[in-house]
Amino acid sequence: MALVLAVVAHFVSGALLLVGLRRRPVVGAIVGLVVLAATAAVVVAEGIGADSPLSTTVEWIPLLGFNFSFSLDGFAVVMTLLVSVLGFAVLAYSIGYFEHDSTFARFVGLFMAFAGSMTGLVLAADLFTMFVFWELTSICSFLLIGLNDKSAAARQSAVRALLTTGAGGLCLLGGVGLLQVEFGTTSFAQLAVLSPSGTIAEAAAVLLLLGAFTKSAQFPFHFWLPGAMAAPTPVSAYLHSATMVKAGLVLLARTSPIFADQGVWRWWVVVAGVITMLIGGWQALRQVDAKLLLAHSTVSQLGLLTVLFGVGSPLALYAGVAHLVAHAVFKAGLFLGVGVIDHELGTRDVSRIGAARVRIPATVVAIAVCTLSMAGIIPLLGFVTKEKALVALLDSPLGSVGDVALWGVVAGSVLSVAYSARLLRAVLGGASSSFESHGAVHADEHHHASRLVSVLLSAPVVTTAVVSVVFGFAASLLGTWLVTPATSLDADAKSKLVLWPGINTALIISVFVIVVGAIVGWRAPLAVSAARGSRGERAFDGIYDAVMVVAKRITAATQSGSLPMYVGVMLVLIAAAPITALLIDGNFPTTNYVTDSPLTLAIVVLAVVLALGTVLVQMRFAAALFLGGVGYAVAVLFAMRGAIDLALTQLLVETLSVVIFLLALRVMPRRFSPSSRWNPRSLRMAIAAAVGIAVPLFALAVNGAGGAPSVSQEYLARSVDEAGGRNVVNVILVDFRGFDTMGEITVLAVAALGVANLVRAAERERRNKTTHGAGQ
Amino acid sequence: MKTVPSAILDELVDRWLAKVATLVAVYVTFRGHNAPGGGFAGGLILGSVFVLQYLTGREPMLRSRPIRHPEALLGAGLLLALVTTVAPLVVGGAPLESHIWSLDVPLIGEVKVVSSMFFDLGVFVVVVSVVLMVLQALGTRGAAVARDRRENA
Repeated sequence: MALVLAVVAHFVSGALLLVGLRRRPVVGAIVGLVVLAATAAVVVAEGIGADSPLSTTVEWIPLLGFNFSFSLDGFAVVMTLLVSVLGFAVLAYSIGYFEHDSTFARFVGLFMAFAGSMTGLVLAADLFTMFVFWELTSICSFLLIGLNDKSAAARQSAVRALLTTGAGGLCLLGGVGLLQVEFGTTSFAQLAVLSPSGTIAEAAAVLLLLGAFTKSAQFPFHFWLPGAMAAPTPVSAYLHSATMVKAGLVLLARTSPIFADQGVWRWWVVVAGVITMLIGGWQALRQVDAKLLLAHSTVSQLGLLTVLFGVGSPLALYAGVAHLVAHAVFKAGLFLGVGVIDHELGTRDVSRIGAARVRIPATVVAIAVCTLSMAGIIPLLGFVTKEKALVALLDSPLGSVGDVALWGVVAGSVLSVAYSARLLRAVLGGASSSFESHGAVHADEHHHASRLVSVLLSAPVVTTAVVSVVFGFAASLLGTWLVTPATSLDADAKSKLVLWPGINTALIISVFVIVVGAIVGWRAPLAVSAARGSRGERAFDGIYDAVMVVAKRITAATQSGSLPMYVGVMLVLIAAAPITALLIDGNFPTTNYVTDSPLTLAIVVLAVVLALGTVLVQMRFAAALFLGGVGYAVAVLFAMRGAIDLALTQLLVETLSVVIFLLALRVMPRRFSPSSRWNPRSLRMAIAAAVGIAVPLFALAVNGAGGAPSVSQEYLARSVDEAGGRNVVNVILVDFRGFDTMGEITVLAVAALGVANLVRAAERERRNKTTHGAGQ
Repeated sequence: MKTVPSAILDELVDRWLAKVATLVAVYVTFRGHNAPGGGFAGGLILGSVFVLQYLTGREPMLRSRPIRHPEALLGAGLLLALVTTVAPLVVGGAPLESHIWSLDVPLIGEVKVVSSMFFDLGVFVVVVSVVLMVLQALGTRGAAVARDRRENA
């Protein structure tokens, strides 16, 4: 129950902040900090050292097998701690970052909602639960990217991110559905036991991959992540680097032990991951904005993690968990650090941010440490985990896929050393002196940042740097901690981390990577001409616009706005469907009730004559009266066959409709409009005749068919006992088929509202016309 | 619309027909469970009373509470039906499941009250308010539009 409580607490505090504490966002943020800290404490207390993972299931739709099930296994412990500890750091940072910003209250509320969704996602023990929280994170991400809702660019990026991850979410839902229907479960544990195979399992695997790729910004869906940098720094650091983009990796980590041995899986994962690594790394070398540099480097690192998690070897899985932790730490530090520089200098231009080293030396040093960790330099945590990744890929017997993965990772690492070197050069030097003096003036005038604010801003950055250093030296300790998480994914994923592995192939490769990367990075220009929107973004916009154009064309083609057209189409279908059914079945009615008695015959003839009158007269009033006459005749027929209820209702409805017709006809021309070429009178009469013949024929045929047992006997038998009524017609309406009645009265209500509003609109138009006319 | 100022018509429509028909409408609604009738028919009967009042020029009658805002009445009726639909879920039954209360009323004897009666009452209110809304829209407001059309033509 503790797990559910933890997840719910996030949402409750988020909602509370969005509704109640708008005026006091800082108080709200402190409440949020408490919730995050409490979650971390619960996870540590319940998760670490537990013999069997703590699990909870909350029933939702037990009939369909849909429940929320959570499990706090080793991997979930690591991920939940990442979510809550980094969340704590980022939220504390944001109190300083948003100092006087009016969007802070909204930010804190959405932030807590997101943290809750993410906690639910990483705790999920089955795909269905994961899907629900997956979609919640997408929505929170959308709202947070668009936090600055006055910026058109932010809104557009938010929509791109939402549509891309949303499309992936639909793929995931498809995969979940396939697995549920075919194998009867979406639980990770049960799927692992079943080890599904076959076409359906493969289709499901591909759908899951598409979901993971969109969420974790893998090629070709990598474009939305740099766009998402329109969000404020805390959002970028937390959602789009440390946690949400890892959701795809969590999915891969959970499912690759199940699906990796299927034909398509490994190649897809490796190819997408390697391409993403290379594109991200290359783009990171060409960015002017330090935050965008980090965004592209995140894309690149996510590519590496995708390869590690998806390739499906136990050792790679272990390396993946380790690198995921290392990346989350140094990348959060970098994002927050760049945010501090931005806050201090008002720029993130790589050729200018060097000025920061004089003003905030501690932060700049911390950024440099994190950058070195990102480059994988000994003795930092990044070195340890990247080394492990290389060893894992070298040792995994995967054949040609493994080779592609290995060399892809080597090339990607060269690029990542290169962009790290470029970033390092930017923060440690390269600032123009002219800007420095300008910056100093700027600072004196505007920045009386309080001591508390600067501490809040720099503390998380420094902390991440310290963590990167400490766990570089204490690698073996971290390594033993990570054994449980990795083995909870795959029982064979046992390994350890060491700072100094000794001279081996991986180390030689690393030295080569660092040397080449450093040369490339040191020579890469800092000032690059500003790039246009990325190719991916342009492709996305092209597809988006094309969909809109097609939708407009289809609407224009099918919704002509002509009332006769709509009614005509409906009537033709009403006539065509039963006639087709009758022709196919050949089950024409044998009895007609018309010749039962002379009186029936007389009334039927009367009805037919009145119907002909309706069609033939030219005056609208007369037609309405004839139509009412037809209705009365039919009511009499009902009464003669003993259907008193029906007759009564029919009589009343006809009376009222004639009156309403007459009221409405006051505003219409007295005569019907002359028939036009595309809508000739003969065609209308033909349609009317077809409906008039088809519907009764069908009704008679259905009545005479008698194949299935009639429900009326059953209803009659149950009426008094179960529903306490002797009038079975009414009992059917209010009890047995009460849902139908509910639907019908809703339709009635909507129709009445429609009439009222149409008339109101006409009135408004009339009033506008008169005032307009008076003005002239 | 031309009105017929007639004391006899006044007497007939207001004093007798309207009141008797209203009683009939309620009666038809409540007896519906066991004999021909029900919320739909009852609502239509009361609706035709209003139509009759309108047609005889007694439009102001429609302006008295609580039928001055038929939209609110419409919502109330829908809500009543909806509540009756979902209420059994609260006690663990199926939606719309009927519950039968047997009351012992002095002088009359045992009276059975079925929960679906409230559903039918919702239907009744919805039908009445739909008629009222249409009457208001096409009758009162529509008359103004019609006059305007004629003047323009």
